[in-house]
Amino acid sequence: MIDSETRQSATGLLVETHDLEIRFGSQTVLRGINLSVPRGQTLAIIGESGCGKTVLLKTLIGLIAPTSGTVMFDGRELSHLDDRELTRQRKRFGFVFQNAALFDSMTIGQNVAFPLRQHTSKGDDEVRQIVLSRLAEVELPDTIVTQKPAELSGGMRKRVGLARALVMDPELVLYDEPTTGLDPIVSDIINELIIRARERNPVTSIVVTHDMRTARKVADRVVMVYPLSRLEEGEGQIIFDGSPDELETTPDGRVTQFVRGEAGERLLEMRIAAER
Amino acid sequence: MSADSKVRPNDDRQRRSVRGLLFDYFADRGQIVIDSTVAVGDLALFVLRTMTWLFTRPPRRETLLPNFYQVGVLSLPVVALTGTFIGMVLAVQSYFQFSQLGLETRLGAVINMTLVRELGPVLAATMLAGRVGGAMAAELGTMRVTEQIDALSSMGANPVHYLVVPRFLACLILIPTLTIMADFMGVVGGYFYSVFQLGIDQHHYWYNAKQFVGSWDLFYGVIKSLFFGATIALVSCHRGFHCSPGAEGVGRAATSAFVYSFMLILAIDLFLGIFLDSLYMSLWPEGVKLV
Repeated sequence: MIDSETRQSATGLLVETHDLEIRFGSQTVLRGINLSVPRGQTLAIIGESGCGKTVLLKTLIGLIAPTSGTVMFDGRELSHLDDRELTRQRKRFGFVFQNAALFDSMTIGQNVAFPLRQHTSKGDDEVRQIVLSRLAEVELPDTIVTQKPAELSGGMRKRVGLARALVMDPELVLYDEPTTGLDPIVSDIINELIIRARERNPVTSIVVTHDMRTARKVADRVVMVYPLSRLEEGEGQIIFDGSPDELETTPDGRVTQFVRGEAGERLLEMRIAAER
Repeated sequence: MSADSKVRPNDDRQRRSVRGLLFDYFADRGQIVIDSTVAVGDLALFVLRTMTWLFTRPPRRETLLPNFYQVGVLSLPVVALTGTFIGMVLAVQSYFQFSQLGLETRLGAVINMTLVRELGPVLAATMLAGRVGGAMAAELGTMRVTEQIDALSSMGANPVHYLVVPRFLACLILIPTLTIMADFMGVVGGYFYSVFQLGIDQHHYWYNAKQFVGSWDLFYGVIKSLFFGATIALVSCHRGFHCSPGAEGVGRAATSAFVYSFMLILAIDLFLGIFLDSLYMSLWPEGVKLV
């Protein structure tokens, strides 16, 4: 694995957010998020379900517009870019979706080739070679190219999603719950593939997960987002920002409860809420 | 406690509740107006984005052809069948009325005029709003729910350019073409039923049809179907793009795509009819000459 400090010291910040707030109707999901991701770092964003991790991830590449605050990518504010410029910038991203989000109308080969067809003028043979090598990198056989996504298992779909996200050699790769719904062995395979992809090409990665094994294994830095509804007035939504090792020694009970996966008082709270 | 003080709190409560009801009434109506304005504004922006992409960057061939196949080729049998039946039903319904006046030889004019100007375009569009519009809304809705539209954006492909523009072009070009096909099949169906089933003289049938139906009438129907095609594509794609989560959301998107398209088809039919008649009267003030 490449030394994390070496990667961080490369060339400054790639992604920054300032006072980010996301609201859907009357519901505020994220508030006052300030986050900086240096080039080359692998950041894991952890937090319980519904705390806004995926919303944060989608906001970072402009799929969701912030209600207030700013998102900067490589020094440029995303909300200031027009449709075409945003499209150009997105060539520099790779996004691995929670359920892979492969296009069902296309074959696996066409799915992986999609970004190449969209943004390059490479010939059919060259595209085919790149697709096959990308699939080989995630340990998938050549024969899979003609199959449709519906014919694959969840783990295979995730690996195809990873191959598609990496096909353009992006500078920033975002992973949305890459191991959710997979068995422990396949989950570890995905973790290994994330590390391998980073070693082959020094990329910046942001991994949203609530799988602590993934966070510990792949991340240089971990950030924990806490649900707004559980915070005291004026408290920041990021309640932990440190290395994976510091997760074990933090004095914050909310972090240790999540890391250890303890129900604690939550069951009682749920019962009281249900009785109301 | 005096008798007065026993009454006042009730009066106050009553007044408050009447005020509350009135407040709720106006708040609900206000919310409907706000929601409708937002929905219309959202659709207008969606149309504007589609037009901007359409005129600034033509869609790729590989996105156009599957849509042309879906909208055009796969709709052919159902549209042909619809057209044929409309023609025959018109013959059945008109014959009874016209034969009582001894005007059954005018059946060709009535059937063909009604088909080309009104029933052909409207019924073909209605059929296609169900077949094509519903399928488009369901497909795009599923893509929205399964994050495939987000995936397109994340890979630097604009979803409006990639998904909406080819569907819009397919409907804009092929729905008028299918309407002409429905008109033709209706004319053939009406002719066969009138001549071979009802025994109307063939020569008089065609003679009267030719006297009344002109190229303006065909133009009139095709212009309407152009607008119907554009409406079906834009409304259906918009409903698909704004699909709410889950299987229920996809079902609702498909249903609302058909209902909104159908309502707009009828409204456009009325207003375009008024406009085209006014245009005709201003271009040819002497009006239609009846033989």
